[in-house]
Amino acid sequence: MALRVPLAAEIALARAAAGLSRLAGIGGGTTLPGKLLWKLDPGAVDRLADRLPQGRALVSATNGKTTTSAMAARILGPSFRLAHNRSGANLVSGVASALLAARDAELGLFEVDEGALPEVARRLRPRAVCLGNLFRDQLDRYGELELLAQRWRAAVSSLPEATAIVVNGDDPQVGDLASGRRGAVVFGLDDPRHASPELQHAADSKWCIRCGTPYAYAAAYIGHLGDYRCPSCGHARPALDIAARAIELNGLESVSFELVTPEGARRVELAVPGLYNVYNALAAAGLARALGSALDAVVGGLQGFSAAFGRFERIVLGDRTLLVLLIKNPAGANEVVRTLVAGGSPRLLLVALNDEIADGRDVSWIWDVDFEPLLGGLERLVATGERAAELALRFKYAGLAASAIDVIPSLEDALDRGLELTAAGAELVALPTYTAMLSLRDLVARRGFVRPYWEAAA
Amino acid sequence: MKIVVGHLFPDYLNIYADRGNMAVLARRAAWRGHEVEVRGLGADNAVRPGEHDLYYIGGGQDREQELVAPALAAHGEGIHAAVDGGAALLAVCGGYQLLGRFYRDQSGDELPGVGLFPLHTVAGERRMIGDVLLECELEPGDRRTLAGFENHAGRTYLDGGAEPLGRVVAGFGNDGETGYEGCRVGRAVGTYLHGPLLPRNAWLADWLLSQAIAHRTGEVPTFEPLEDDLEAEAHEVSARRARTRGGRY
Repeated sequence: MALRVPLAAEIALARAAAGLSRLAGIGGGTTLPGKLLWKLDPGAVDRLADRLPQGRALVSATNGKTTTSAMAARILGPSFRLAHNRSGANLVSGVASALLAARDAELGLFEVDEGALPEVARRLRPRAVCLGNLFRDQLDRYGELELLAQRWRAAVSSLPEATAIVVNGDDPQVGDLASGRRGAVVFGLDDPRHASPELQHAADSKWCIRCGTPYAYAAAYIGHLGDYRCPSCGHARPALDIAARAIELNGLESVSFELVTPEGARRVELAVPGLYNVYNALAAAGLARALGSALDAVVGGLQGFSAAFGRFERIVLGDRTLLVLLIKNPAGANEVVRTLVAGGSPRLLLVALNDEIADGRDVSWIWDVDFEPLLGGLERLVATGERAAELALRFKYAGLAASAIDVIPSLEDALDRGLELTAAGAELVALPTYTAMLSLRDLVARRGFVRPYWEAAA
Repeated sequence: MKIVVGHLFPDYLNIYADRGNMAVLARRAAWRGHEVEVRGLGADNAVRPGEHDLYYIGGGQDREQELVAPALAAHGEGIHAAVDGGAALLAVCGGYQLLGRFYRDQSGDELPGVGLFPLHTVAGERRMIGDVLLECELEPGDRRTLAGFENHAGRTYLDGGAEPLGRVVAGFGNDGETGYEGCRVGRAVGTYLHGPLLPRNAWLADWLLSQAIAHRTGEVPTFEPLEDDLEAEAHEVSARRARTRGGRY
């Protein structure tokens, strides 16, 4: 039974916990205060959220929720004081912590874990919800994709009519959430020049959600995302309200596209690469527009965006740089690989595989990633993390000679080895899983090269 | 020699990185001078006994398993005859369930199986998820361990007298109670272990390859050992995980 304490007292106590967590050196206080508040009184989260005069907006997806939220924050930031969980603590506790930390915020902008979406939506009563994609991810934690899709359907159908829904029409399961909802905004890509020649191995929703027949794709962009139609019952991608056309990929550096909206079309230059970031930008644009942003503000915000936490982050380490690209599931990792290859395959790669709960304890997903395109240029792999040996096997059986692989489970030793193999002035590319990414940032922070994540997030 | 592998329903049943198992079979065969040719088998291809030396069937999500079950059951006779004729087979997770007699879901409906393995599966309330370690003895006197990961709601019950694949050292296994995992019928092996299974259990890959060659030549070959340091290390890490955190809800 929850203790009945005035909300103000609960808030004070939970905020003090954030300070203690940082003082004790065990983290940034990005989840602990929220957990404490949650323990004291679960309803306090609802009441805290109610205090935001401009309401709440939620972003969820298997891939891209941190980047999409960061892009939306960039667009909305000039107009609103935001409560935003930008370091990616996206369970109820993380949302609660962000609410606690943002004392005079006007608008809540929260990325939400796919599994936590139903509960967060119920408690926060959002003004707008942006849903990006559903891919297989951490089956040991989330269960099967179909189950998650069902929970999303239930969550969306219980939202009031007034809640704005922004969905990725290119994902059959997600696009379908718009059906029957007046005013739903559908986004997607409209540039078949960038379609994959065939459906990737990691494509998940390949079968018609209505009748089970394999979809025919006019264009498949990432995994099962694309312009699909069921040859049997006719279920097809919904009409797009917001689209990207004339996409120009510029290797590892950037991507530009024509952003087509009901308000007009504008060219957008993004400082982050890859098709997946075009999806993120469309999602952020759709969400910001649903919250009242004008097209000028949307374009300005997107063009001012650099990178989200640990996702395509360049860190200068003395005379070398470290490029950090988070990998966490097959669909996301495939896009990282595709982007790397487009920028000229690196000759040296550091890949870090951990198997904590946040990474997924089941590491089988690395065998579903198409790492093979990297092998063309790869001369040496530094395999690290708790499951370094398993990762090394993935590359060995892809065809990389075992003698070209350094297996160094200690992340710190592996980073040193990677830097030693990197020429002065050159860049070391690192692909860490989630907890490995946190550790890697922590390592370079301790060496004084990057601010700790709770400061970077402030 | 060319070893022909029949991969059953690869488009539907591939959820736990089954292609990792295929890559290991192909490379390890190649390192010994053999060639593995993988042929996909779907609803339109009949299983013709003698045509394939080794069959592989992986796991899928519930939806995919339901889509594929009737077509797979239609292959039943061919699969029985092929295995009776000495072909080797590896079935993982969902494929393992579908090769049993039936799968009864939560609402009591039964999905018919192939009946190759003398067992049936009943959907349970809680999923059994985690690292697993088994002890096996596929050849008399040759004890080996298998390390993998399991994630299944189904409880699989072996018929009396059926031979399990192994004894559970750590983890849940077939039903979380009897302490056994998987099933073996001649050269056919079924298991819940993915991870994928073969990269970190190279000995089982070699056993399957040798059985497949025996199907073709009538003689089980003896392989020279390969440089398996990475495989051994991955096995060790996975086994350690099972011992420290396997078999817990």
